Amino acid sequence: MLAYKFDWGVLWRQPYGEWLLQGLWLTIQLGALAWVIALSLGILFGTLRSVRFWPLRILGALYVEIFRNIPFLVQLFFWFYAGPMLLGKTLQFKINQISGLNYYIAIFGLGLYTASRVAEHVRAGFASIGHGQFDAVLSTGMTRLQMYWYVMIPHALRLIIPPLTTEFLTIFKNSAVAMTIGVAETTFMSYKIDEQTFHGLEATTGAMAIYLVLGMTVVKLMDLIETRFRIPGLMSR
Amino acid sequence: MDAVLKNLPYLLGGFLTNLQLAAFALGGGISLGALVGLGRISKRPWVYYPVTLYVNFLRNIPLILVIFWFFFVMPILVGKTMDPFVSAAVSFVVFEATYFGEIFRAGFQSISKDLVSAAYSTGLTYRQTAAYILVPIAVKRMLPSLITQSIITFQDTSLAYVIGLQEMVRRTTIVDSLEVRSVQLYTFVAILFFVICFVGSRISLHYEEKSRKAKVL
Repeated sequence: MLAYKFDWGVLWRQPYGEWLLQGLWLTIQLGALAWVIALSLGILFGTLRSVRFWPLRILGALYVEIFRNIPFLVQLFFWFYAGPMLLGKTLQFKINQISGLNYYIAIFGLGLYTASRVAEHVRAGFASIGHGQFDAVLSTGMTRLQMYWYVMIPHALRLIIPPLTTEFLTIFKNSAVAMTIGVAETTFMSYKIDEQTFHGLEATTGAMAIYLVLGMTVVKLMDLIETRFRIPGLMSR
Repeated sequence: MDAVLKNLPYLLGGFLTNLQLAAFALGGGISLGALVGLGRISKRPWVYYPVTLYVNFLRNIPLILVIFWFFFVMPILVGKTMDPFVSAAVSFVVFEATYFGEIFRAGFQSISKDLVSAAYSTGLTYRQTAAYILVPIAVKRMLPSLITQSIITFQDTSLAYVIGLQEMVRRTTIVDSLEVRSVQLYTFVAILFFVICFVGSRISLHYEEKSRKAKVL
């Protein structure tokens, strides 16, 4: 054992304690904003995989396969380093001038990545509904678009609340990867405290506690949503 | 493709590190995961509660933070600065074992109590029952999930980037800082990971369909 002097004071001594709280606030922002993108695109691509028109089905499958089979870190680096280059010289120059570009790219990248996972759950939700309901809804005279919007998507979403809870928890954990492009979220801050004080062990332990509390809060929140939107007579929990 | 071709041996050398790290992570993670799974169905409270705490704790923490934590704690325990590969390998085994453990638990819980009673009645000890009955059946039943989690583990090895391990992504950033060919370099990395993970997910799907057709064991 090295002679290591623990200094748990780095967790509340200024400015370090405040850094961790600032990091938490950014973690919450990243997770919540990326979740909006993930849910919208996830519902869209998940629904595409159940439609009759096969080119759209292929499009949905293509999206899911590409974003699920490439590590999130690689995706993030691609958007951050290669993304602006794809837009051409003049636009690239303008984009790179945006302040806080890494923050927006982190939200965008995390949203696109998580959307592929949400899409898989949405597809599973549709699969568990069964063909009878499609026929029944169409026989009421609804168009296919109305059928999806008013009946199938709400139904599928209510069925997949438990796996979506897991995804919502995962999005906060995955947001830690944003530190690699310099977004000052919780993990970034714990590393920064190590650079300043050499007490990385205490700082990362503190960050773990923050993620734990955040995770428990999210679970409580999703429990409330699940009770509110549970389909009567189905989910017995 | 000039920047990729010029640095191909260097980049692929990094990819080899990813593969090696994945091999350790999977070997250790699945073995420890089987034990964790047994702990999660244990009737002994002094086994069940610590294991459950371990699993629920780590599943709420980002892997990247766990990698950092071990990178900071290992030198204190061992008494000397740690090789990033060893540190990363330990973090992966400890972290992934919780995910594999939950897959094993689901597998164990799908096994009927009568089968276990039958095993005991033939005179097998607990250890033998676990080794020759529970684990093999759970592996067979949970094969699709195990393969999927293995693919995720393989993708996760890129995160060892953060402690300076010379894996593929770290080496790509180094090459990119010299060549400034981000589009082709990151596309190359993405394709390489994609091919392996896509093939893996097809294999997983194959076993899923096979077990669906067979219905039993």
